[in-house]
Amino acid sequence: MEKTAIDINKPRGLHQYQWEIFLVVLFLAVNVVNSFLSPYYLTLDTFVSTPMNFLDKAFLVLPMTMIIILGNIDVSVGSIVALTSVLMAVSYNAGLPMPLAMVLALLVSTTCGFINGFLQIKFKELSATIITLSTMTVFRGIAYVILEDRSAGKFPSWFSFLAWGYLGKIPFILIVFVLAAIVFAVILHTTRFGRMIYAVGSNRTACEYSGIRTDRIILGVSMLAGLMAGFTSLFLTSRMGSTRPNVALNYELDAIAMTVLGGISTNGGKGRITGPLISIFLIGFLNYGLGLRNVSAQVLLIILGFLLVLSVLVQNFTDRPRQKSPQKSSAPTRRSDAGDGSDIHENSAQGG
Amino acid sequence: MADYILELRHISKFFPGVQALKDVHFQLKPAEIHAIMGENGAGKSTLIKIITGVYHPDEGEILFNGQPVHFRSPLDAQRLGIAAVYQHVACFPDLSVLENIFLGHESFDSLTRKIHWRELRKKAEVLLQSLDADFSPSASMGSLSIAQQQIVEIAKALSVDAKILIMDEPTAPLSRRECEDLYRITEGLRDKGVSIIFISHRIEDMYRLAERVTVLRDGHYIATWDVPGLEQARLVQGMVGREITQYFPSRHAAIGEEIFRVEGLSRTGFFKDISFSVRRGEIVALTGLVGAGRTEICESLYGISPRDAGRLFLEGKEIAIHTSAEALAHGIGYLPEDRMKQGLVLDWDLIRNITLASLKNFCRNGFMQPSQEKDIALRLTDSLKVKTAHIYAKASTLSGGNQQKLIVAKLLTSKLKLIILDEPTKGVDVGAKTEIYRIMNQLAEEGYGIIMISSEMPEVIGMSDRIVVIREGRKSAEFATPDATQETILEAAMTAHGREAHAIAG
Repeated sequence: MEKTAIDINKPRGLHQYQWEIFLVVLFLAVNVVNSFLSPYYLTLDTFVSTPMNFLDKAFLVLPMTMIIILGNIDVSVGSIVALTSVLMAVSYNAGLPMPLAMVLALLVSTTCGFINGFLQIKFKELSATIITLSTMTVFRGIAYVILEDRSAGKFPSWFSFLAWGYLGKIPFILIVFVLAAIVFAVILHTTRFGRMIYAVGSNRTACEYSGIRTDRIILGVSMLAGLMAGFTSLFLTSRMGSTRPNVALNYELDAIAMTVLGGISTNGGKGRITGPLISIFLIGFLNYGLGLRNVSAQVLLIILGFLLVLSVLVQNFTDRPRQKSPQKSSAPTRRSDAGDGSDIHENSAQGG
Repeated sequence: MADYILELRHISKFFPGVQALKDVHFQLKPAEIHAIMGENGAGKSTLIKIITGVYHPDEGEILFNGQPVHFRSPLDAQRLGIAAVYQHVACFPDLSVLENIFLGHESFDSLTRKIHWRELRKKAEVLLQSLDADFSPSASMGSLSIAQQQIVEIAKALSVDAKILIMDEPTAPLSRRECEDLYRITEGLRDKGVSIIFISHRIEDMYRLAERVTVLRDGHYIATWDVPGLEQARLVQGMVGREITQYFPSRHAAIGEEIFRVEGLSRTGFFKDISFSVRRGEIVALTGLVGAGRTEICESLYGISPRDAGRLFLEGKEIAIHTSAEALAHGIGYLPEDRMKQGLVLDWDLIRNITLASLKNFCRNGFMQPSQEKDIALRLTDSLKVKTAHIYAKASTLSGGNQQKLIVAKLLTSKLKLIILDEPTKGVDVGAKTEIYRIMNQLAEEGYGIIMISSEMPEVIGMSDRIVVIREGRKSAEFATPDATQETILEAAMTAHGREAHAIAG
């Protein structure tokens, strides 16, 4: 075959960003509606400070994107946030200096992530969902054992800066989040580690045959998830000023919802981090707008549910052409006795 | 009664952008075994789908017993007694054989809707007995071997009283002895009056079994021949449309010093005391029946599966390999048997597939270098002649042979000394096979040591310098290829008294 016959230019086009564009349009629509609801809404200040209400949770979305690209689900991150927050408060109240308590919190959360990853490596026959479901109850259980039904707090006044402070006109948490998001985007899309995450999520067996240490990837991503849960814990505790064992309830579900809404396929291997980043702000501002109208949080859940179903449908729809490839159609979904033969041949149009 | 139980006249089928079949004829006599042959993409599959009612022909007519018929759905074809057995058995492994056989057409009490299991079981026993099955209807499907599962599939076809049985590549996953059993069963069915359409890539199957053969090429009807007296060269020429003067390319690799040696490799329950060596530029064929343990041996060499004992030497130095990463670092590469599951990320483009096994070489400080990746991908796809429209095309869009070349390209991104090829030509068409042989020779000439696992006897004899035969997990013989014949290899692979012949000095 002559060299010239191979097209060597990367195909480009907006069509691969369809879902992100859709999310941005939704985001704009939400803001238009919000600005009608409140005359004070459409100012830069509101725009910059509103994220302070929801960004603590958003730190969980970054590693959740990696986990779902790996083809897994982690439901324990909310419990890690609670356990970490409780341990930080208790150790501070027991006399540990606050900076050290914060470092301790990050260490504890990363360790929790390590435990999740370690169990997944050791018990390969169990799904990540089941493993993190068990650690979810264990982590939250420990938080309850430590603090029972009390709350802990009385943090030094500077600690509230994390959630409430501004650098210039920009909230501190927004700056930290943007930095974290950039770091995660860079890791996922330009590094070897990121490439391997996509590889493991797309075809773990092929990775093992290609000399990729899939265990390390899974462990690494789990620990990142723990670390980010620690960040969430710091900001959340700072925002509330005190903590209880039941904080960050359902945070994992919110994080999963934002990730999936962002277009990350739960089959693994597909999606970009830009989608989840947009959906964080979409849902956050939607929630804020509903708050302006005193609409209850349950309505948000209903809206979110609809959006999720929509995103899954769209993914399914856009995936469909791919299903013509032989490996996907091999699932014997509707085999009749005469045979619908769709799975019989590695029959490719080019055929040698 | 008509001359033909099934006749297809002037059948054409279009798909968007491609004509899958053009003016194809097919005539099936009652109680005959009729082979359909052709390369991948020749249209066999489409033809079968038309016969089974999955597709509707755009032009042409189908006659059943001389009467024109029109299949609106697979059910219509099934009612006329057309049934199919596929290469990849699509069964329900957790259900019993009995349930699998009658799935979808159980007889049940009209009032209580209770299934007549006792009656069905008797039927199943009779069916299985007629097929010489050595398992009970209550066995769970998943516990059976692939050959046994195929028998169940055949029983399933017969349970709906099939007059025409389509067998699509049934022998591909079977060992030689299992094939013989299948041949016998097939002939038995024919003797009972069933007409059989037999599709296979293996020419031996056709010669052994079929009375007539219809050849397709690129969707066109080429010819129907009587098999007895048909010259193989003529058949192959019909399939590929060209005279294949040199099926196995001639070999010029200079064989050098020993590059790899394994001693006493054992894994309980899989293989025991395996020793052999490979020299630079040498192709060593590892052959034997399917299931003899060849793949397990090589996966153990590559660190994918464990071993209990054994020492590996690379260029005279003992090495330890426990993971595939270590194997690659030492310079051992492996082309796995299942290219779709184990070899490729089908959803990825060619570039990312090629660099997957050696990402380290294409990144700086942990960051990928896409331009370097693209350079090597262009270089390797060019030198291996991977046929693709686009290096950003997905691996799933390539044909089987080109997918294999893609995996070879992936191996070549690492600095290798030894390359293990597990069934490199399995499921690829004749033309692509020749290409792969050419690549193997090219690699040998470049000084790689090559281990080739193969079940195809002509390939083993035509492509190797040395042949190691594995039987039931043990090395039963080693031949210098010029000393080997199909008979001696087969004897070593199948019989306990295979001679330990002509061991040659490493």
